[in-house]
Amino acid sequence: MADETKSARIPTVIADDLHIVYRVNGAKSGKGSATAALSRILKRGDDRGVRTVHAVRGVSFVAYRGEAIGLIGSNGSGKSTLLRAIAGLLPAERGKVYTDGQPSLLGVNAALMNDLTGERNIILGGPAMGMSREEIKSRYQEIVAFSGINEKGDFIALPMRTYSSGMAARLRFSIAAAKDHDELMIDEALATGDRKFQKRSEARIRELRKEAGTVFLVSHNNKSIRDTCDRVLWLERGELRMDGPTEEVLKEYEKFTGK
Amino acid sequence: MPGPRGAEHLEDESFPLVSETRHDGTVAVSAAVPPDEGLTAERLAAKYGLSVSGARPSLVEYVRQLWGRRHFILAFSQAKLTAQYSQAKLGQLWQVATPLLNAAVYFFIFGLLLGADRGIPSDVYVPFLVTGVFVFTFTQSSVLAGVRAISGNLGLVRALHFPRASLPVSFALQQLQQLLFSMLVLVVVVMAFGSFPALSWLLVVPALLLQFVFNTGLALIFARMGAKTPDLAQLMPFVLRTWMYASGVMFSIPAMLADKDVPTWLADVLQWNPAAVYMDLVRFAMIDGYGSSYLPPHVWAVALGWALLAGAAGFVYFWKAEERYGRG
Repeated sequence: MADETKSARIPTVIADDLHIVYRVNGAKSGKGSATAALSRILKRGDDRGVRTVHAVRGVSFVAYRGEAIGLIGSNGSGKSTLLRAIAGLLPAERGKVYTDGQPSLLGVNAALMNDLTGERNIILGGPAMGMSREEIKSRYQEIVAFSGINEKGDFIALPMRTYSSGMAARLRFSIAAAKDHDELMIDEALATGDRKFQKRSEARIRELRKEAGTVFLVSHNNKSIRDTCDRVLWLERGELRMDGPTEEVLKEYEKFTGK
Repeated sequence: MPGPRGAEHLEDESFPLVSETRHDGTVAVSAAVPPDEGLTAERLAAKYGLSVSGARPSLVEYVRQLWGRRHFILAFSQAKLTAQYSQAKLGQLWQVATPLLNAAVYFFIFGLLLGADRGIPSDVYVPFLVTGVFVFTFTQSSVLAGVRAISGNLGLVRALHFPRASLPVSFALQQLQQLLFSMLVLVVVVMAFGSFPALSWLLVVPALLLQFVFNTGLALIFARMGAKTPDLAQLMPFVLRTWMYASGVMFSIPAMLADKDVPTWLADVLQWNPAAVYMDLVRFAMIDGYGSSYLPPHVWAVALGWALLAGAAGFVYFWKAEERYGRG
């Protein structure tokens, strides 16, 4: 936090006037008909059916080693987008993000396939995050045990599409949390599974935090932000509205959201 | 819920607003460390050895990263292959049944109805046709998978960090594994029509390896183009069908053109097109009645040339846009 020993603060993530713009094809006019699409093509210039969404507008901040930073803001304020940009997953329109090493997003959802068994998904998800074969092998039992999938029978040998949504979420979290990260970004991952699993996953996140240099957490749950973070960035409409110690920012945010 | 303007009074209070501090030149209020104060973001990053997130690595570094992800590439291709038929009752049997049915349809239409077997002995025609269909399908499906490799996996690209070339390479690898199932069918068909295993069959391995490199190159090229213009996924089936009909999948190019008044360069172009070259090589290797008289001159050099050209050009072309995948 701001009044800790300042000389020892080592920056790990620097965002410098960062802008992120999404481009959406064919969404300019609400009409989805073929004639509307044709008239869009015939129009000249930038207007041709590409709609842009300016999701992050000129955000700058510096994050330091050992900090746990919460990202708050209403839905669609650009939190997840900012997280992906820091991880280098979304190209910046303007501005830059500098990082120490490779920040990673906690999550492998996109790499997993519903038609495959839980076992195959662990073997697929690990390498997707950059784990080696040996690492996966040595952690396989740990992942299965952590997910608790097999508590109600041999579900790990069944395709993921047969899982309940809670079970699938637990397996996804367990795979994602199996890897250690330098800079860790968590996008509302705390809210998965039942109460028992939530406790277990919160404990694992605290563990990951200890090992990671810097942690970013996106959440709508102010309590989990208070529990985890010592600094908060508040985003609204893609702009950084406030940046400071957790309590100060949350107080203003709660006033803003009318709590 | 109040609009975002609802908290403008904040600026009167002592809370540090970043929108103010940015104009002062400091990076953020809580970051106002004396020794680093006044440094621009770039200088600060340089001082602590930070690098730009999501920047494109050098070509050598990129190859190294890709090699580091070889387990992912393999696991992903196998997973895709398995997931394909996991809902079907016959399951993985379809890996073999699909190419078999494909060959049967083409035989029915071109062999029996249209009589495209001109210039080829009838006991050679069936293995000729089946080989052609399987080998062309290998290239065709690699290109089609390549077009969607990035645009159809944006979720993956936006969630995890890996060299993006992993995806098109992985899809090409999936098609190679699919082809191996087809080769099982092919061996049965070829033997049923009187060609038996011989040393020349070993030539299939270099031929298909070269074709795999060629396919991967095409998949990389179309992956970049498809990422920018997803419409290609709609257009490519037509382009590929035209290519198939022009490449002599179901007829012999020299035999078909023999009694027609076409310039020789056209026949050369048709015969030297990569799809025709790889098909001819596999046919030459496996079918007894398909001798070297059917092959164009310098066929191995042409096969190697196409593989190197497509492979190298595709890889560099794809790498050039590495930092831009995932948008749009």
